[in-house]
Formats: sequence, structure tokens, C-alpha cells
Amino acid sequence: MGTHQTRVGGDPSDIPAAAVSARNISKTYGDVEALKNLTLEFPRGQLTSLLGPSGCGKTTLLKIIAGLLEPSSGEVEVNGIPVTGPGPDRAFVFQDFALLPWASVLRNVAFGLELRGIGRSEREGIAERYIRNVGLAGFEKSFPHELSGGMRQRVGLARALAVDSQVLLMDEPFSAVDEQTRRKFQEDLLGLVAEENKTFLFVTHSIEEAVYVSDQIAILLPRPSRVSEIIRPRGLRDKDVADIRRDPEYLDIVDQIWASLRFYVE
Amino acid sequence: MPMLSINRSLHLKILSGIIVFGAWEIAGQIPVSFGFPTFFESMAALADMVLDGSLLHAYSDTLRPLAIGLLISAFAGIAIGLWIGLSSWFDWLFLPIFIVMQAAPLAALIPLLVMVYGIGLTSKIFVVCIMAMPVIVLNTAGGVRNTPTNLKEMGRSFLGTEKDIILKVIIPSASPIIFSGLRLGASAGFIGAILSELKITPTGVGDIITYSRSIADYPSMYAAIFSIIVLAVVFLNLLERLEKLLFEGNVRGYASD
Ligand SMILES: Nc1ncnc2c1ncn2[C@@H]1O[C@H](COP(=O)(O)OP(=O)(O)O)[C@@H](O)[C@H]1O
Ligand SMILES: [Mg+2]
Repeated sequence: MGTHQTRVGGDPSDIPAAAVSARNISKTYGDVEALKNLTLEFPRGQLTSLLGPSGCGKTTLLKIIAGLLEPSSGEVEVNGIPVTGPGPDRAFVFQDFALLPWASVLRNVAFGLELRGIGRSEREGIAERYIRNVGLAGFEKSFPHELSGGMRQRVGLARALAVDSQVLLMDEPFSAVDEQTRRKFQEDLLGLVAEENKTFLFVTHSIEEAVYVSDQIAILLPRPSRVSEIIRPRGLRDKDVADIRRDPEYLDIVDQIWASLRFYVE
Repeated sequence: MPMLSINRSLHLKILSGIIVFGAWEIAGQIPVSFGFPTFFESMAALADMVLDGSLLHAYSDTLRPLAIGLLISAFAGIAIGLWIGLSSWFDWLFLPIFIVMQAAPLAALIPLLVMVYGIGLTSKIFVVCIMAMPVIVLNTAGGVRNTPTNLKEMGRSFLGTEKDIILKVIIPSASPIIFSGLRLGASAGFIGAILSELKITPTGVGDIITYSRSIADYPSMYAAIFSIIVLAVVFLNLLERLEKLLFEGNVRGYASD
């Protein structure tokens, strides 16, 4: 493999301590074995992608980390504390947005804070700030059905940012938006990782997307589900966002991942 | 644009009113049956009954079991529906009761009710409830059951308590179906109120219908029937206003007259 990547166990000195660790996670649904003895660390302040063909258990893993699902065995720690359910240290961005159709953009973005019992004027102030940050100023009073898919996901993102959690869990957040919007989102996500001191767990099935946005890519393979490989692109973070897709390292990694995955694509 | 569509729907309502009442007038003029009065004869009878206070008096009798029955049906129906919808166990135990109730021929039950509760207010309230409640229960339970899983998960992941999720996610999400249950239940309740006055003891509007028929005063009879229909339509429109007020983003044009 190339010289610009580190594998698990190799050169750990520059990898930040794990904000989230999943240890020996197994999950079975009836007799479907969705995850088997999966162990993975998510370094603090970085973006880790879970990449793999559909059905390999990416959503299952993310929901276990979110505390929405119980693992059949194994445990998850966030900042050293075992996960027993959803917590204030994690916020979820849903693939299908999961917006309340009867609520305005403002209320949707403030909804996490509302559930935390924060007073109306305070939470709406915070929500307005994040609505501006994701570029939706002026749409505070709109309803989700009046927005495009891309705008809806911006609402979902603003809602997750507004609760100011340490860890952001994103389940294929850009898969339901069109290609142009998706590219813009990917650029914005890089900006977000750089400026917010948060740990991002990002599920995708797009190789290009994973290589473009990630500090670390975990490749998941099905049957039996496991982490087959961990790739840490080295030089891409310092590049200008416009140049990444032309970078030889970017192209190499994309090729290398495709070589590992092609076997699993029917 | 909204102004235009309001105007258009108002025009349509007036137009369809003219067509229906025109057809009624013509059918009365022909006449299709000797017992069928014209539209204007009926309206004149209606005006008489309003002016001499007999209609108001009749409604003070009819509205009591109707209002009490609808209130009970709405509150108990939504509560039972929530209960059934939220637990799979109650679903299995109670749902069949309401399905049977909805399908049961009410007329067959009335003698039973009279036997147990007599011919007073209680029996009439029961008739209204039997008519109105099942559809409210079934719709509420169905709406609750069909709340998208991802919305419930969203509520949980943002630290909503069980109560938060019921009040802020499940009920609003089920509200279109609950409200359609309320509308169907209310119309059935109106039917139940009149039916109970025709079948149990003639009081209120049911009495006007029975009495004017027995003396062949058909304009008054049709005027009474017409008034109850108007009242039902007005009531359903008010319900719809309430829904729009409460859950604005949920209403996307499917709710109209
Ligand atoms: N609620 C469930 N009940 C039964 N099987 C499930 C359920 N959720 C997921 N699965 C199965 O578990 C496997 C992993 O699913 P998932 O985590 O959604 O994969 P991914 O997100 O990688 O596409 C799939 O084979 C899927 O069919
Ligand atoms: Mg998935």
C-alpha cells in the first residue's frame, strides 16, 4: 500500500485519543447477524467515516453508539463513560432528515433544546444563530414541505449543532440530496470539522465522499460484519478544498478502497 | 394567491349551493312526490320555526345529549385510542370491541339500551357515543401506530422523555388521522342524536320531524332536517379551523369541505 497511510497499530503518536470507542460489539436481529465482534475507535476532534456496502451494519453501529439500540454484546464508551442510552454528549443527523412536518424551521432547529427544557426565548435565540450558520436565514417560519431536500438536511444539521454535543452522528446525511448540493455540503462539512471542536461519525456508501471528508475511514464488510481496514489519509486536510479531488493521494485511496470493495458488489 | 384561492373556493361553494337548492326547488315544483316541498316553502317554514322560538326550544333538547355525547366520545375516544395505539397488548384485547361496535347495526341495540337505561338522557347520550366513538378510537389508534419510527427515534436521541414523545411527536403526527376520526365521529354523532329522538322518545328536532310528518306538514319536516344538516356542516368546519390552528404545517390542502 501507499506510504501516506497508517494502518491500525501503525504510528499512533499523531492520532488524538478516542472520544468514542466501540468494543466487541455484536448485534443480531433474530437470526440476522448485523454486527459481529466489532471494535473501533473514533479519535477526538476528527471525522471518521464508516464506509461499506449497504446492509453491512453501518446504521446499526451508529444507532448503538447513539444509544437508540442495545447491542447484543459489547460496549460503547463516550469520553470514557459507558453508553446506556441517548445522552447530551451525542447528537444525531438522520438520513431522511426526521423533521417535524407540523413545525416551522425555527421550532425544528430548537426542538433538541426544547426537549432539554430550555426556555423559549433562549432556545429560539440559539436556533436562529444556527439557522444563519447553515445558510437558511429568512426561512425560520417556513415549514419542511416548503423546502428542498438539501435545505431540509441543513435544518437537520442545525438541530444537531444547536444542542452543542461533543459527538455528531451522521447517517448518510447527504444521500437524499442532489449531486451539486452534496458537493457543497461536503465542503461545508470540512469547514465544520475544522472550526468546531467536535468528533464526527459519518456513515456513507460513497467512496469519493468518504475520502474527501474523512480523517479516518473504517471500511466495513458484510458476512460476517467486521471492520476490514482503517485508512487515514495524511496530506489531504491541509489542501484547499477545491484541489482535493485532483490530489494523487485522493485518487490513490479511492482506487485502493474500490479494489477492496469490488468483490462485495454483486 | 391565497386571496384568489379563498375567493375561488367561496365562489364554488355559492355555485354548488345554487345548484343544489335550485334542483330542490325544481323537484318540489314538479313535484317528484306529493310529500316533497319546494326549497322556498321549506325556507319559509324554517323562518316561522325560528321566529316563534320552537326551533330554538327543540335544539335546547337535541343539543344536550349531542354535546355531552360528542364531548365524551372525543375525550374518551382519543384517550382509549392512544392507549390502544401505544401498547400492542391492548390492541389485541380492545380493538375488536370497537371494530364490532363500528359495524353493529345501531337500531338493534336501541331496545337493549332502553331496557337498561330507560328512555331519558342517558340512553340518548349512549346512542351518540356508540355512533361517534368507534371511529375516533380506531383512527386515533391507527394514527398512533403509524407514527414514523424515525420521528420517535429523533425524539429519543434528543433526550425526549416518554411523555415528551407522546405529546410532541406522536399526537401531532397522528393529528390528521385523529381529526378525520373526529369529523367522521361528529357526523355520526349528529345522526345518532336524531336517530335517538326518532327511536327512543320524540323530543327536540326529532319531535318536529315526527310531528310534522304525522300532520303532513312537510315543509316543516324538511326545514328541521335541513337545519340539522346546516348545523353539522358548520360544526365540521369549526373542527377543521381548530385543526389548522393547532397543526398548521400538517395541513397541506387535504382538509377542506
Ligand atoms: N430492525 C431490523 N430488524 C431486522 N433486521 C434488521 C433491522 N435493521 C437492520 N436489519 C438488518 O441488519 C443488517 C444491517 O442493517 P443496517 O445497519 O441498516 O445496514 P447499513 O446501514 O449498512 O445499510 C441488514 O442485513 C438489515 O437487513
Ligand atoms: Mg443505513
